[in-house]
Order: sequence, then C-alpha cells, then structure tokens
Amino acid sequence: MKRSISLLVGALTRAPLATRVAAGFVGFWLVLAVGGPWVAPHPVGAFVDQDVFSGLSARLWLGSDYLGRDVFSRLLYGARYTVFLGLGAALLAACCGTALALWATLSGGAIDEVISRLMDTLISIPSKILALVLVAACGSSLPLLLLICALTYVPGNFRIARALAMNLAALDFVAAARARGERKFAIALHEVLPNMVHPLLADLGLRFVFVVLLLSGLSFLGLGVQPPYADLGSLVRENISGLTEGAPAILAPALAIAVLTVGTNLLIDALKPEDKR
Amino acid sequence: MSGAKTGKASLWPMLIRRVGSALLTLLLVSMVIFAIAGLLPGDAAQEALGQSATPEQVAALRHEMGLDQPAPVRYAHWLSGMVRGDAGQSLVAGMPVGAIIAERLPNTLMLAGMTAVLAVPLALVMGITAAIRRGTWIDRAINLASLSMVALPEFLVATVGVLIFSVKLMWLPSIAMVSAEASWSDTLRSCALPILSLTVVVVAQMARMTRAAIADQLDRPYVEMARLKGASLSRVVLGHVLPNCLGPIVNAMALSLSYLMGGAIIVETIFNFPGLASLMVNAVTSRDMPLLQACAMIFCSAYLLLMLVADMVALLANPRLRAQ
Repeated sequence: MKRSISLLVGALTRAPLATRVAAGFVGFWLVLAVGGPWVAPHPVGAFVDQDVFSGLSARLWLGSDYLGRDVFSRLLYGARYTVFLGLGAALLAACCGTALALWATLSGGAIDEVISRLMDTLISIPSKILALVLVAACGSSLPLLLLICALTYVPGNFRIARALAMNLAALDFVAAARARGERKFAIALHEVLPNMVHPLLADLGLRFVFVVLLLSGLSFLGLGVQPPYADLGSLVRENISGLTEGAPAILAPALAIAVLTVGTNLLIDALKPEDKR
Repeated sequence: MSGAKTGKASLWPMLIRRVGSALLTLLLVSMVIFAIAGLLPGDAAQEALGQSATPEQVAALRHEMGLDQPAPVRYAHWLSGMVRGDAGQSLVAGMPVGAIIAERLPNTLMLAGMTAVLAVPLALVMGITAAIRRGTWIDRAINLASLSMVALPEFLVATVGVLIFSVKLMWLPSIAMVSAEASWSDTLRSCALPILSLTVVVVAQMARMTRAAIADQLDRPYVEMARLKGASLSRVVLGHVLPNCLGPIVNAMALSLSYLMGGAIIVETIFNFPGLASLMVNAVTSRDMPLLQACAMIFCSAYLLLMLVADMVALLANPRLRAQ
C-alpha cells in the first residue's frame, strides 16, 4: 500500500501538466464529496432566491434551480451520492469479479466452464439494457442501485481478471505452490492475487468511470437516485426545463460529472506503466 | 488439421460453429432476461387491476394471463412466441407488443444507420492520422480528445449541442420529429442534433482502437520493406496495412455501434426521439414487462449480430485465423 502511494506520488510529480491537472480535479471531487455538506453555503432544500434559474452571482455562485434553491449547495450534496455510489459499486464489482475469476481459474474444469459461460452471457447484454431490466424488476432504492451497478460491471472485471489469472496460474511458482500442497484459497491470496493488483487497479478506475456514467444516466432518466435524495444526474434531470435559458443549474451538474469522469480517465491513462512509448 | 489444407474447405464448418455459438448465447441471454423480469415483487395481474380488486378477480386474471403456471412453462411459452414474432400483449397500452415495436424500430435503425455513416469514416480518418503521425502533437491531441470524449456523459453532449445549435444559433430544432410524410431534408434537419450527439459518443472509442490496430502493423518488417521499395506512405497504409488490420478495425466498429444501442437511450429521451430506446425507458417506468423483455431481446440480438458479423469479417480477412 505504502509502495503504491509513493509510486503514485512519484508518477504525479514527474507527470506532464495535463495529468497533474486531471489528478487535481479528481482529488478536488473526492474532497468535495467527503466535506461538501460542511462547506455548502445553504441547506440542501432551502429556498433562497425569488427568481428561478438565475445566473451566476456573488451570493449564489452557480445561480438558483427550478425552485429557487442554491445550485452550488445542491451540487455539493449531490456529489457524495455520485462519488460514493460509484466507488462502492466499482469496488464491489471488482471484488466479486476477481474472486470469481480466481475461483474459476484455480478450479478449472466444469466450474470454470459454468462461471465463464454465465459471464459470457451477461457480457452479451449491453450494460445499460441490463441495468434498466434490473431497475424495472427490483426498483431503485440506494442500496439496490449500488448492487445493480455492481452486478452490471462484474462480467467485465471477471473477463480481465480471468485472463490475468490464467497467465499467472501457468507459471512455475504457482505450480510449485500446488506441489507443496497449498490450498486453493492460499494460492489465490498469496501467489496469484498480489501479481495482478496493478492492472486490476487500473480496471477499477475504469469501472468507476463507467458506473458514474451509468448511474447519472439512470438518474437523468428518472430511474436512478429517487427524491428526496439527489445525485448529480438527478440535478440535471430536475433542471432540464432551464435548458432553453442556458441556466447554470443544468450545465453545472452535467459539467461536474464530466470533470470527474474525464479526469479519472485521463489519470488512469497517464499512470498506465506498460503503454509508455 | 487435415481439413485445413485449403482455406475454403475449413471455412464453412467454422462459420456454422460461430453462428451456433451466437444462437446458444442468445438463448442463455433470453433465460437471464426472463429470470430477472420474473423477480418483480408485485405481479402483473395485481398491478393491472389495482388495489381494489378482489382476490377472485386477481386469480381469474392470473389464470387468463397464464401467471399461475410454473416458470419453465411460462418461459417456453414466451420464447416460442418470440421466435414466431409474437411477443405478447403490452400491459399498459393493451396492444400487441409487436405492433408497438414495429412502429419504433425503423426510427432507431435509421438513427443508428445515419450515425454510423457519419461516425465510421470520421473515426477511420482520426485513427489513421493519429497512427501515421505517432508521437507528434496531432497524435497527442487526438489521444487527449478521444480519451475525454469516451468519458463524457451523453446528456452533457446533447444539452450543450441544444444550447449552441438550437438556443443560441437557432439553426436546428431541439426536438426530433419523425413522420412518414416529412421530406428527407426535413427529417435529416430534425435528426441532426441526435446524430451529432451520438457521433461524439461513439467516434472516440472507434478512433482509439483503429489507431492501436494500425500502429501495431506499422512496426512490422513488411511495412519497412514496402517503404524501402519506394512506395508512398498513403499507398503503404491504404494498400498494405489497412487490409491487414481489417479484422480488428471491424471489431472496433461493431463494438462501438453496439454501444449506440445503449447510448441511444439517453439521447433519444432528450430529443423526444420516437425510437426503441425511449420506448424501453417508458416500459421500465410503467413496469410493462412484456414490452421491456421484447425491447431487451432486440438490443441483445443486435449486439450479438454485430459481434457475429465482425467475427466473420475477421475470419474472411485473415486466413490464419481459420487454421485453428
């Protein structure tokens, strides 16, 4: 862990300007998501303006929304749902996908066959379609949304983790561990997993981007985070009538999502070790 | 390996195997979708009759809708209906699902087709340019732009498009009207913004994968040989390199175009486009399961079909793949 952090810091200090800017934006959002409610100038549901869809001003930095509430404050509160649901779902998807991949690889035979076939099937359902069917069947409370987003991206992570694990499982040190009589679980945890952490972390970042896009897309359609909660996608949805006026209330949350996802994507690309030419 | 002496002899069994495997996957997908839709806590009969219905009425409707039969029987019934093109009754509209979809499907196909016509050449030009000018500022700019575009939320692209082209400049309408009477130019004009938004969404991934495929080939000795013979760069790329990466490039195109299906959901909703994806969103909102299942199956079939076509093109373009 310490090594990863020092690697990250080292890579960032040597990185080109664009990467550092991207890292700055991502860090900025993580900080806002944690501390947002404490710095928000107004309570999340307070009506603070006579005007709806007012523009940028010194009092209301990002103007007011369709009910005259402070957009900036709502953004700060909304960011936590987007960021934490995204992180939670991405982590859950990565853990499930990798665990299944290790189990399938080290068991081989029928177990590998069945798990791989199931994942191949799930991956043939476009992620948004799968998420929509799941939302229709299960509903969309916050814990369910987390599970739905995670489930949607398990197969993608499984595919990558299985390819990595297959390569590793064919190497001599795994054969040696098997010959020593170590259990499958110990081999997975001590021999295979430590050697695939770096590519898996890059994949985790990518899944995070996908989950954030999927989740805010669902919320934008009115099928994601439900009132009284509001994530960044719901903020875009509820202010859609301000589009013709070019209100900041609709552009600010959409831009906020873009900064988060584009920043993460650029950061992952910059930190990729093998692709440097 | 005995059958693989000539490419032609081993081609047919291989193609048939691919088709079979795609059909098997489609069957499994239909099971998954049917199983998930069956998770629905309230049942359709209760939903259709409302809270005030007596238990006898609900039971009667359940029987009429076949909901009192065990799940495998219902699955078999549903699947045989789908195969015959009869996807059942919509619970909300009270019309056959097939009729509702038949009205929407051509619109979505038109939107996807026109996006493909715009996006595929654009992606090819971007990818080839970036690959040829590897390491220069053009390559870096295209790389940065495509990396960013991949992660943009569709509704940002669409709303900014509306803001610029229909609110500020007033060039294009912000709502897509499609009707049979409208002339081609009218349809094109009203669909211009949805098409542009979708193009932005899909072009980046295609361009990246094209660049990767071509850059990989440019390092090969045969390219150097052709260059040393005096062939021009454009001739080498178009005549030698491009045919060699046809497989990966078609695969990239198919993947991105299948993404159109998912991406279209948001774009169709924003522009009120009367397509299949916005129909599916309505089906989710109103919990119209027969309609939802049919839409999901169409999207999954389209995805599998695109993958199958890409696979076949790769097989035809690269004889070495057949020798397995």
